[in-house]
This record gives sequence, structure tokens and C-alpha cells, in this order.
Amino acid sequence: MHLSYYVSTVRRAGFLLVTLAGLLSIPAQVYGQGGGRGGAPPSPKAAAPIDLTGYWVSIVTEDWKWRMVTPAKGDYASVPINMEAKIAADAWDPAKDEAAGEQCRSYGAAGIMRLPGRLHITWQDDNTLRMDLDAGTQTRLFHFGNWKAPGGEATWQGDSVAQWEMQRGAAAAAGGGRSGDLKVTTSRLKAGYLRKNGVPYSENTALTEYYDVIRERDGNLWLILTTVVNDPRYLAQPFITSTNFRKQADASPWDPTPCSATW
Amino acid sequence: MRKAILSFLIFGGLSVPVPAQVDLSGSWAARNHEDAIDKAPGPQLVDYTGLPLNAAGREKALSYSGSVLSMPERECLFYPPYYLVMGPFGVKIWNETDPLTGNTIAWKISGWEDRSPNTIWMDGRPHPSKYAPHEKAGFATGVWEGDVLAVYITHIKAGVIRRNGAPSSDQATITEHFIRHGDLLTISALLDDPIYFDEPMYWTRTFQLDSAPISPAAPPCIRDDEGPQEGVVPHYLPGKNPFVGELTQIYGLPVEATLGGGETVYPEFRKKIKDKYVRPASCLRNCGGPGRGAAPPPPPPTPARN
Repeated sequence: MHLSYYVSTVRRAGFLLVTLAGLLSIPAQVYGQGGGRGGAPPSPKAAAPIDLTGYWVSIVTEDWKWRMVTPAKGDYASVPINMEAKIAADAWDPAKDEAAGEQCRSYGAAGIMRLPGRLHITWQDDNTLRMDLDAGTQTRLFHFGNWKAPGGEATWQGDSVAQWEMQRGAAAAAGGGRSGDLKVTTSRLKAGYLRKNGVPYSENTALTEYYDVIRERDGNLWLILTTVVNDPRYLAQPFITSTNFRKQADASPWDPTPCSATW
Repeated sequence: MRKAILSFLIFGGLSVPVPAQVDLSGSWAARNHEDAIDKAPGPQLVDYTGLPLNAAGREKALSYSGSVLSMPERECLFYPPYYLVMGPFGVKIWNETDPLTGNTIAWKISGWEDRSPNTIWMDGRPHPSKYAPHEKAGFATGVWEGDVLAVYITHIKAGVIRRNGAPSSDQATITEHFIRHGDLLTISALLDDPIYFDEPMYWTRTFQLDSAPISPAAPPCIRDDEGPQEGVVPHYLPGKNPFVGELTQIYGLPVEATLGGGETVYPEFRKKIKDKYVRPASCLRNCGGPGRGAAPPPPPPTPARN
């Protein structure tokens, strides 16, 4: 063979290596949500690196005394509140909330994921992940892509923008068992409660959530939710929690209940 | 020939062992925004809420007297490795690498006065025989599942899953997952104990990367004479624990809820206690508040716990 053939092969191999290296280092967002060559980008539903759909039950092994019952007024243990929040929490009056039709204050996005209950996650359409919660019979919508908030009044569940975070290149190439997570940022929240006993969050709250799915050795799937509540009005520092849900085989015992300010 | 070279480059290249997908190294500060009372000042004596104890586990817990920690042979016993998620402290994590390949041989997690440093072996070595001695740190191996480090720990010693004597046995195993999101590190831990639990205990805990360094060296536990009566093992006989019901007085919870159990961790347990729960008019103890709600105090020189 001619020398030129080897030179050519080496050049092509070098090109291939560079290409592979490039592929393996593609930024996560692009890898998951960008388009393929020459085609329309896959929808967020089609590009989902993890399957969040189905029924999940919260297993309440942490903060039990503050989640499974409505705690006493003035119990703010573990929450990094400031003095303004303390004053607001000390003025908590569940009867007044009920009378004002504000019984869902502890069922807003910044608090509801800590309430005991079940989640039902489905795709509402190719760009919207829907989460129904039986606690308070609430619905959260996670919007992908270039979704524009409709505006108007703030709501308990606010506006949630979602994006897939794909696993890094080397891991993807290795075919690891996990391939990404869901990041959700929520704003335009109506002021509510972090806990059922009136520990407040304000309408200035920004909520950031990361949803991961892991499989335990016994085969059970768990949804691990990492939550960061940023509230410049009522929190002295970001309120960081992690909450676990176990995958259910079916809907039972899905139990939608109305909001309650007292229980 | 050309195809062969290209095939080698493609498939051979991709089969090279993949190093750590995510760098876990650094000083990870505690953010005790969950169960801060358990983590820092310590729990009430008979508070097993949220613990999936079975009847044997409950009886073992109720026999516990905190005075056993004054026994010289128990002053410096360590917690099992799940203290990482149950305890109050931040941790330093670093990796040990092969000097030739750069591959991570093991991840190391700093210990403390009451918790052994942990080594998570990443080199594929098998777990010891089931007859091998158990250690406080157990024996841990890890594999990457995508960006998540999955850890399996066996050969641990008996310990407590809450600092009030709620037990775990030496037959328990731990599965941990280390999940990093930017400057946040969430660690899940499933403790499977066939002796004392109705079903596995599950923790999740989130740490935050901090530029303030956490020392990988733990202060030594120094034994002292705390005056225990020689030859006596402090304990409560069955049915004699005087602190049963204390949580009812403080939190208004029915006693059955304070004693834990598998069914208590599910949302539907709320229905069972709804008519028995009496919410106190105001918080009576350990209420938190500005400057006290979550931030852990500086690590105290606590005696080690069994």
C-alpha cells in the first residue's frame, strides 16, 4: 500500500476521534433537547431520558411530626425562617383561612411535595408533563420548550418551566443505567405555607426542583426530589429538602381529598 | 483494513473504562432543614415516628436507656455508616486514584468523632464472605449508574437509627445513591434490616458544596469516667420505659404513632390517627425559629454512640 493511504487513514481516524470526543462532550441540554441532523428535534416527551409517569407514593420517614399531622402553632423547627416569617407564622389562624377560602395555602407548589400523598404523573401533551396530587386534589403542569406564561394572577402552583438534564457524555456513551433528570423552576406563586401550621412563603418565592429516578436493589423505583425554596422575604437562607416517593404498580389507593386548613 | 481500523477506533475506544462521571470531591456542608431536632439537640426518648420498626425493633428500642453511653466500653462506639444521612455534620469527600491510569480506586468520606471514615471501593472487588468480621464502617462498593454513584454496604455492626435507641442490626445492608446537581449533593440511603424493620428505612439528605474546608480528620473520642455503676447495664425492662407517652404530651400524637411501624410511613396512616390527634395550642419544645430553625451548631465534642 502507498504511504498516502496510511496518511489518509490516519487523518480520517483523527477526524473520527475528534468527532467522537466532540459527541461525548456535547453539553447536556443540547444532547437531550436539540434536533438530530436534518430533522425536527424530538419532543420533550420523546426525548425523555427518564420515565416519571405513573403513580408514586410518599414514604414519610423524615419530618414525620411536621408532615403527617398539622403541627402546633409556632413550631418552625428545621425551617430557616427570619423574624418576619415568625411573626406571620405566629399569627396563623386556620379558621380564618377556611373562612376566607384560603384553605389551600399549604398545598401550593413550595409546600405540597412534603405533604403525605400520592402523585400521578402523565404527559398532558408532547410538551407538558402533568402531575396530579391526591393531597388537596391539586395539579401541577411542567412546561417544556418555549412555553410562555399566560400572565394574570399568581396561583398556588405557579408557572413551572421544565427541562431535561441529560447525563454527561462519557456516561451516556457507556450506557449507564441512568440517563438524566428533570429540572423544574417555578415562579409566580401565590403566597402560601411551607408547613400546614402557617410557616409562610411569599409571592416572591422562586422554587427549583430536581427529579431523579433510581432503582434500588430490590427492583423498586424511587423518585428522589431535591427542592430549593428561595424566598427573600421570609427565609434567612434557601430552604433545602429532599423527598422520596416509591413507584406504585397501580392507582390504588389513590385518594383525592380536598384542601384542609386544619388537618 | 480501513474498516477494521475504524471499527477498532469506534468500538475499542468506547469500551475504555469510563472514569467517574461526576466529581463528588469537596467539602459538603450540612443543611439540616429536615429533622433538625434529631440531628442536633437530639430526639425525644420515645420518638420512633417515621421509623418502620417491627415488634422486635420496638421492644429493643424501648429497652434502651441513654445511660448506657456512660459505660466505658460504649463511650467511643461509632455509629454505622448511615450516620452520613442521619447525623448533623457535613462531610468531605475525595477520591483515591491509581497513579498510572488515573482511575478512581475508591471514594473516601470523612468521619467524625462518632462515625468512622468510609471507603467506597470502585475497583470491582467483591464483598467479603458473610462470615467475615463486621466493622463500624461496613464494607462498601460503588458503581456508576449514569451520573449517579450507587453504593452497596454490607458487614456493618449493630447501631441505632435514631439517637434514642431505635435499633438496626448487624444483618442490615445499606444502599446509597449519590446524586449531584451543581452545588447540591443529595444522598439517598435505604437501610434494609430483616431483624428490626417491617420494611426498609429510607432517608434522603441534601448537602451543599462549601468553600470552607471540612477536615478529613476526626477528633479522637477520649474515654472518661462518667460514673456508671460497675457491673450494671442501664436499661428498661419490658413495659417499664417511663418515657412512653412523653411525645403525646408534647405533640399531641397518639401513642401508637410515636412507636413507629411499617404502616405509619404511608399517607393513609393519617386516617387512622385523625380522630386521636390533638394539636397543641402552641409549640411546647424545640420550636426552632429565626437563627435556630435549621443551622446546626458547631460540631460538639459529643461522646460516641453505639
